[in-house]
Amino acid sequence: MGLPLGAALAACGTSGPAPSGGGAGGGAAGGSGGGAGKATYWFLQGPPGEAPRTASVERFNKANPSGQIAITTIQNDAYKTKIKTAIGANQAPTIIWGWGGGGLRSYVQAGQVEDLTSWFGENAAVKDRLFPGAFGAATIDGKIYAMPCETVQPIVLFYNKKVFEKVGAQPPQSYGDILDLVKKFNDAGVAPFSLAGQSRWTNMMWLEFLFDRIGGPEVFQAVFDGEKDAWNNPASIEALTKMQELIKANAFIKGFSSVTADSNADQALLYTGKAAMMLHGSWSYGIQQEQGGDIVSSGGLGWMNFPGVDGGKGDPTNTVGNPGQYLSISSKATPEQKEIAKKFFATGVLDDQEQKDWVGTGGVPIVKGSDKLFAGSKDAEFLNFIYGVSSNAKVFAQSWDQALSPTAAEVLLDNIAKLFQLSISPQQFASNMNAVIGK
Amino acid sequence: MSAISARRTSSAAATRGGGVLPWLALPALVAFAVFALIPLVGVLLLSFTSWDTLGEIQLTGLESWRQVLTDPGLPHALWVTFLIMLLSWAFQTPASILIGVFLAGRQRYRELLAVLYFIPLLLSSAAIAITFKALLDPNFGLGAGLGLDFLTQDWLGEPGLAFGVVIFVVSWQYIPFHSLLYQGGVRQIPRSLYEAAELDGAGRIRMFFSITLPQLKYTIITSSTLMLVGSLTFFDLIFVLTEGGPGDATRALALDMYKRGFQANLMGAACVIGVILVLVGLALALLLRRIGGRDPYASQLEGA
Repeated sequence: MGLPLGAALAACGTSGPAPSGGGAGGGAAGGSGGGAGKATYWFLQGPPGEAPRTASVERFNKANPSGQIAITTIQNDAYKTKIKTAIGANQAPTIIWGWGGGGLRSYVQAGQVEDLTSWFGENAAVKDRLFPGAFGAATIDGKIYAMPCETVQPIVLFYNKKVFEKVGAQPPQSYGDILDLVKKFNDAGVAPFSLAGQSRWTNMMWLEFLFDRIGGPEVFQAVFDGEKDAWNNPASIEALTKMQELIKANAFIKGFSSVTADSNADQALLYTGKAAMMLHGSWSYGIQQEQGGDIVSSGGLGWMNFPGVDGGKGDPTNTVGNPGQYLSISSKATPEQKEIAKKFFATGVLDDQEQKDWVGTGGVPIVKGSDKLFAGSKDAEFLNFIYGVSSNAKVFAQSWDQALSPTAAEVLLDNIAKLFQLSISPQQFASNMNAVIGK
Repeated sequence: MSAISARRTSSAAATRGGGVLPWLALPALVAFAVFALIPLVGVLLLSFTSWDTLGEIQLTGLESWRQVLTDPGLPHALWVTFLIMLLSWAFQTPASILIGVFLAGRQRYRELLAVLYFIPLLLSSAAIAITFKALLDPNFGLGAGLGLDFLTQDWLGEPGLAFGVVIFVVSWQYIPFHSLLYQGGVRQIPRSLYEAAELDGAGRIRMFFSITLPQLKYTIITSSTLMLVGSLTFFDLIFVLTEGGPGDATRALALDMYKRGFQANLMGAACVIGVILVLVGLALALLLRRIGGRDPYASQLEGA
């Protein structure tokens, strides 16, 4: 019986630095003491992001002795809970770091973040130098509530060139090729695709692409906009059916439902050659480089955008993933704190040095022309590819679980797991999901 | 749960004598009120609201209750919880009794084994779950490493197998503790009973069923209560091992509550499940006391 009580307590147990007054409390990497009017900023701990973020704030503080920012770094999973609790308790930091989309919408509905539309109107230069696609997930009902920042992370189809050579196969140019490759690799005793099925969002990436390629971005947009029975769209049912056909054709590694992404077991399947291909976020490149032995340095890792589906409506240049990360300003902050935050957005975020730092971690900053910084990088080829995919995409859709509200996202991931288990039919999936549209 | 101490009626007699002693319960009562009763009231109140942890807490009466009680996920979670409870009990109890009886012997090697058996209890559930998850990985786990095909199953991906793995790992963790209870229980059985039975010509098996088991009755009740009520709150292990999956095959009540509260941001609904968990737990504890017999303080121990 310990758990219900513990859960109730946990909601009250998190405390953070107060929004007004001293901002020195609680920070693992907190600033140098607090003064009145100091802005606070929480973000994620650990590589690759912590170093560029910290350095950028330090440069800002050095240049602005009168308006300092105090930072607190928090681990990924802990952050998601802590930031929600802090915002709910009116204890939010001045600058709220996040993923945009559905999470941001819930802050907006609770009236907890500043509307930045007019600020961006007055500071058009700040807006115009960033990828336009990054603003979609920052925009709620036509108003901008967050400053896009950091890097773009599209989902990419990775493949192991050595396995392709051994089997004598070519990378797929269409969905039909994928079906042929599935058969070819299975005959050769290699799993066609690696998949960390237990993590659920990994399965979701497949649906995101199939939906886009078959029906175009409008299909999911209708869900996002809360249209009634949007999942019943024929394109949606076709994509779900194709998904289950792939699973039945053994397109994914045997036992994929036991594989987890946290342990990078899906990455290992690709670089050890047990699987030929893998659909994953662009950050997978860094993991392959770090853990995959010589797969990257020897040119064994291939990458491409997901191919088109024959007869599908979607543009094969479209992509999905994280169009950026997002910074919002707490509406509960003091006017001085808000001013500091806006100054940071205008002069600190993604300055030249921060862009270089992100490129150094293998990321592509969401700044137009940041590809100039790739020259000389050992990862230039991959970075240029990501830059090209992101800037050429007609539509850069946000990952579904980030775009939807947390409530709907949980139902979505649940039903995706069942769909991949083949325990529900495409039609059942659609009805289950229709029930939470707009929630 | 206090059956061990309560077994000695002499302690009850002692309390009757002094007037000061009830005050000794005060610190415990205060702690209980602050850390159990007050949060419980909070959970009960929250169950009549809708709260996404961000906005205002809205009083919505029975809305959260209606939402949870009409959700087909609830009977499923109840059923999963019940199955985990029953199967882990059915698996752990015989194993614990046998190991406990074995370890009750005074031989040196048994004392050594007793120490070794105890080790799983020293590990945290999360560590155990992560270890088993790695061992059972179909591509890089034990089966693939040793080249044993029968170990290369989709252990956490097939609903039936995943359920079996959960029961096994839970049992692996808790059997040592219950063996310890039974070891203590067996050692308290008077030697004279066995000597008398030996004179009458009873064999080992006959002695086990006619003396050891009946004498262990209250230990069995204690251990079963701990197992059944404890299994209601299995969370960490299942969460790390399967996250309630595949699909919702291992989504027990505690997991369902967490997912609703902290992943789907439906605190009202999560609190409803919290209340249901508490009620089920209380009902279970009461039921077990009833089954335990009319006079739970009766004992066949010498001098009691």
